[in-house]
Amino acid sequence: MGGYFSDIFNGSKSLLIGMGITFREFFKPVVTVQYPYQTIKMSDRFRGHIELIADEEGKPKCVACGMCERACPSGCISLNSISVETEVDGKVKKKKVLSKYDLDFTKCSLCGQCVENCNFGAIEFSKEYNLASSNKEDFHFNLLKRLEERNV
Amino acid sequence: MSAPIQLQPGETFILNVGPQHPATHGVLRVKMEMDGEYIVKAETVLGYVHRMHEKMGENRTYAQYLPNLSRLDYLGALGYTHGHVLVIERAAGIEVPERAEYIRAITVELNRLASHLFWFGCYVMDLGGFSPLMYALEDREYILDMLEAVTGARLTYCYYRFGGLYNDVDDDFIEAAKRFIPRMRKSLKKYAALVTGNIIFQKRLEGIGPISAEMCRKYGATGAVARGSGINFDVRKNEPYSVYPEFDFDIPVYHECDSMARFKVRMDEMEQSLRIIEQGLAKLPGGPIMAEKKPKNIKLPVGDFYQAVETARGSFGIRIVSDGDKNAYRLKLRSPTYSNMHLFDEACEGMMIMDALAFMGSLDLVIPEIDR
Repeated sequence: MGGYFSDIFNGSKSLLIGMGITFREFFKPVVTVQYPYQTIKMSDRFRGHIELIADEEGKPKCVACGMCERACPSGCISLNSISVETEVDGKVKKKKVLSKYDLDFTKCSLCGQCVENCNFGAIEFSKEYNLASSNKEDFHFNLLKRLEERNV
Repeated sequence: MSAPIQLQPGETFILNVGPQHPATHGVLRVKMEMDGEYIVKAETVLGYVHRMHEKMGENRTYAQYLPNLSRLDYLGALGYTHGHVLVIERAAGIEVPERAEYIRAITVELNRLASHLFWFGCYVMDLGGFSPLMYALEDREYILDMLEAVTGARLTYCYYRFGGLYNDVDDDFIEAAKRFIPRMRKSLKKYAALVTGNIIFQKRLEGIGPISAEMCRKYGATGAVARGSGINFDVRKNEPYSVYPEFDFDIPVYHECDSMARFKVRMDEMEQSLRIIEQGLAKLPGGPIMAEKKPKNIKLPVGDFYQAVETARGSFGIRIVSDGDKNAYRLKLRSPTYSNMHLFDEACEGMMIMDALAFMGSLDLVIPEIDR
């Protein structure tokens, strides 16, 4: 019989302690960020989709070696190059120039292998995270075009 | 409306829990043969989120397989990637700098805390208490912010590399982690008073879902499930790897074998993780974070390599059979929840359905990790 009453007493006490905790929490400041209206600063190392880096002339640093394409586990990068003849000091030189750099972001798992394998520092992560869309084509990025748009 | 079906005495019916059921926290289907409210026989049905991770390991290089490992258990991803880099480093004979191993241990323990916090919140919510979930998620958010600042991702990390790390931790991270430890200790006291001490919670869990040590051995259960049944087994202590032998921490073991014991094991583990983080931050050596001698394209020697690590859910093993090529001949993942879940069929016979769901929550199942 003693156990019965002590159970009621201890049980009620534990419930009151719990209520005290939730009551105190009630008056603590709100930590929720109301997302579409408020945003927080992304950390420096945040990994969004990749973006080409431009050199001083505004051209892509990329030399179209294709290391990123080979390193990618998901095969989401495809690039092409054309050979352009330029005249340097009266001599005609052939130079590989990037003509296409497409990223299929639907397959990307943001592992960072492409950025790490690039020997020329030509690609970086963007801070883009607002990418919701109901159209699949919106995630097929033409990075060359994006670079030109950024330059303007 | 159709007429209600009248069951004859002794007649049973089949009840499907899942594949989409909030209590299973994933796409797990449990086919239950019911006699009224009592379970006669239960069968777990898998395969709804099978993604062929083992097969993918065979047709891509070891480095390309790195992002896959964090997709197994999305709540404690770093532990799994740790296992993968450890087995490759041992097989290829790569020396890892000490600083990198310390940072690995610290981040793995932070991730374990985040995983346990999420489990704690969801488990209490399964049993009908909503507030603890919100408190736990607030604490977890601090951990995710810290890890995001270092790794660049919040959940599916790809941070460890063969021979070291992707990038170094900065002073901000160390400061944030040092600030977080006392805060978390305070929160653990709050959880103990709010949930563990609560009479309704205790009466709900005590004696529910008994799993004997014998049964744990039979099914190969590890982690908190085995430690709640009196088996003192933790890979970090029993088969030490990385820099864990240098830390002073205890393995909580309870002998009650019920859901409450498993709950207490995980709550105590959080305190032990905090101790490891505290010591790791104090001892953190300087130096490089990447091995100097490292082959660019990793090819393993011919052989059979296995490495077990203690993740948030138990012992995770990765076995690589190599034929000397740049990808594995066969890759086998031994996931802890796969073994832990198969206890359920036997243990829940004769249990009431409400108790069975309370028992299932105490196993801490993450379905993508079972199905792989």
